[in-house]
Amino acid sequence: MRCCGALRRSSLAERALVEALLASVGGAGEVEPGPRAADLTLRLGNPSDLLAAAAVLLSKHAMAFATVVATDETATPSGDMKVRYVFEPAAPGAGVAAIPADRFVTLLVGVDPACPEVPSLAMAIPAANWHEREMQDLFGIVPVGHPDPRPLVVHDGWPPGVFPLRKSFDASQRLPVLAADEFPHLVAEGEGVFEIPVGPIHAGIIEPGHFRFTSVGESVLHLDARLFYTHRGLEKRMEGLSPLDAFYVAERICGVCSVAHGLGYCEALEQIAGVAVPPRARLLRSIALELERLYNHIGDIGNVCAGAAFHYGTATGLRLRERLQQLNERLAGHRFLRGLVIPGGTRLDLTNDLLGVLAATLDETRAGLATLMARIEANSSIVDRLDDTGMLPYQAALDLAIAGVAARASGVDRDARRDHPHGALADPGAPRFEVVTDPGADVMARVSVRAREADVSIRLVGELVRRLEAGPLQVALADPLPGGRIGISAIESPRGEALHWLRLDERGRVDRYHLRSPSYQNWPAVALAAETAIVPDFPLVNKSFELCYSCTDR
Amino acid sequence: MLRILVDALRTGVVTIRYPAAPSDPPERFRGAPVLSPGSQLPPPDVCPAGALSERIDTSGRHVALDLARCIFCGRCAEAPWTGAITMGRDFELAARHRADLRLEVIADDATGRAPEAMVPTLDPDAEAAQAAAQIHRVLGRSLHLRHLDAGSCNACDWELSTLLNPVYDVRRLGIDFVASPRHADGVVVTGPVTRNLETAVRRTIEAVPEPRIVIALGACAASGGIVGESYASAGGVDRVLPVDVYIPGCPPRPEAILFGILVAVGRLEARR
Repeated sequence: MRCCGALRRSSLAERALVEALLASVGGAGEVEPGPRAADLTLRLGNPSDLLAAAAVLLSKHAMAFATVVATDETATPSGDMKVRYVFEPAAPGAGVAAIPADRFVTLLVGVDPACPEVPSLAMAIPAANWHEREMQDLFGIVPVGHPDPRPLVVHDGWPPGVFPLRKSFDASQRLPVLAADEFPHLVAEGEGVFEIPVGPIHAGIIEPGHFRFTSVGESVLHLDARLFYTHRGLEKRMEGLSPLDAFYVAERICGVCSVAHGLGYCEALEQIAGVAVPPRARLLRSIALELERLYNHIGDIGNVCAGAAFHYGTATGLRLRERLQQLNERLAGHRFLRGLVIPGGTRLDLTNDLLGVLAATLDETRAGLATLMARIEANSSIVDRLDDTGMLPYQAALDLAIAGVAARASGVDRDARRDHPHGALADPGAPRFEVVTDPGADVMARVSVRAREADVSIRLVGELVRRLEAGPLQVALADPLPGGRIGISAIESPRGEALHWLRLDERGRVDRYHLRSPSYQNWPAVALAAETAIVPDFPLVNKSFELCYSCTDR
Repeated sequence: MLRILVDALRTGVVTIRYPAAPSDPPERFRGAPVLSPGSQLPPPDVCPAGALSERIDTSGRHVALDLARCIFCGRCAEAPWTGAITMGRDFELAARHRADLRLEVIADDATGRAPEAMVPTLDPDAEAAQAAAQIHRVLGRSLHLRHLDAGSCNACDWELSTLLNPVYDVRRLGIDFVASPRHADGVVVTGPVTRNLETAVRRTIEAVPEPRIVIALGACAASGGIVGESYASAGGVDRVLPVDVYIPGCPPRPEAILFGILVAVGRLEARR
């Protein structure tokens, strides 16, 4: 049992946490600060203590599950694989008083490559379910005791015993598709129960996924969603690239989250580099993030109207979204704002002319959105469809550790802009903004949270623009950057908190990058909410969450 | 209801006139990169998507840019290569052949000659043009397409769906998107064809009755783009089935997609 100097100087509450963590593992472990100064990492001596340590964080110290990052370190002196279970402060009001600080606590477990097994957390922490299945598919690390160990990321015909994220796997190889049995979907059975298979290719212009409904009449009994059709192996693709080359991949993980993921990658990288991005660039980044939220939220409101056959609403939402995307093209030369953010700062400046266009467009947008919402709320046939449809109870939202609009519309008070400040919002004197929540937990609540957040975003952009002062746009990053250090960042994307984990190797190239997107975290909640609905309302429920498949599948 | 009518009247017509009237992209728009012959062109590893290549022969260092792979990030046009490559404004880039999307110049040559490869060596659009002509003959100016996501990042998907909004209103041109491949004259494919979708992609395209057109939309569908080839990706739709028209872009702007679709049915001339 050891504590390093930095921790000895820390506060009483901090020491209580460290002592509780060490006690939970019976003293068989080490606590050290990191990856960032405010964070803690507990190295477990025995993987079997994982559940006990996680239980202490969840029940006594108001932490919530955030993500799992596996790494293959067999080529390093440690010669093992590692799994990092990352936790963050829970939403205020979830059980014990939350620790308000922006911090991550990591439980680090070493895994013997000869017997790659760890105890599964999924029974105690439902939010860990998919993370553990992904780790099993891509690293061959088996979560022992997992309630549903079906393959997740690799699909039918993948050769057994081949794990693409292990370092020994050559990413360029194309493996044959083996003969395979039909995937074992989880379905309900009984008299009068029907199975409805939908996808992976859908009828509209949308992303691919397979939904297996079991229903009785119109009511959905169970929904088994199978995703990862768009798995492009992007995390492996980034390994070995220079940090700048890898940035262009990160920016292209998802179209409608381009700014958020590009920025998250940059913030993790800049942490490793130990540089501070100039104030003007931080402000521009936060403005870009809000513009991304705006076109997404407003387009999503329009698309929910499409799910309820309210064509005026659809056309209006899409017209307002189009105006915002045209604005993006004027500001950044790109309709999804790609090419604005770059490691070290921003590639482009916003001139006074452009800021004038920005202000005028946002004024128009605010008025347009207010009219659209008034028409929706005054139309009882639409409100009837949205009210009490696709319920996601508060407790379920907490258990699944879901993020973003979906969480806030179930009354969970979380927003990474406040909880893990980033961009210009991390500055002292940053503008304050309201975190919008709604206890409604239905489609209507998700629509109205989006509308109110769009309003908050417009005001926030105004505040950020007001703080712009002349100054440099970029800071230089060392080349090569130091290996071994970990960068971790959390960004509030339009869909919620996205977590980025990055480490470079000793040549300064990407060793491992992992993205936990809010969509990844929220998909299981869609299935749950669908089970309170009828089959014809599924598009409505789905669109109210509006999750990306590409962010999830990577 | 009355309020909605008043709103609609107040909003007026928002639909653009493209392609009848030209579309002028904003000043910062990054279109097709322009390579200046005879200049200090950047080495290939500058491009994060692998769109640049070079070969050296007796006439000098040839640098080629594959527009199908280009992600239009603008990095090759930044310092210290400013001037050797500039980001142009051309977005009407759809082509019937991958080879037509290859731009090659001789670098570091004071005479600035264009290499012989610049002279178009096109075969007269064999099957692709035939299918387009056949569709045009059978269906006149109407075209029904099916979208097929083969593993895209959703940017191309969103831009394709944008064509249905009141601003682009693709239906004014007799073009629409249908739910079933069996109702379609062709497919618009986005994404690099992932391993997990390869079977679905094949089966969907084959479900479209012949004659059919296949349009590869965006860098990933056209060439694999920044995703490339890997355990998870085949790297471009033409690795799986023949493609009739390639639309470069990451993603292409809506007018560029519209241009490509009109090229596919022979209503506009492709890039040469």
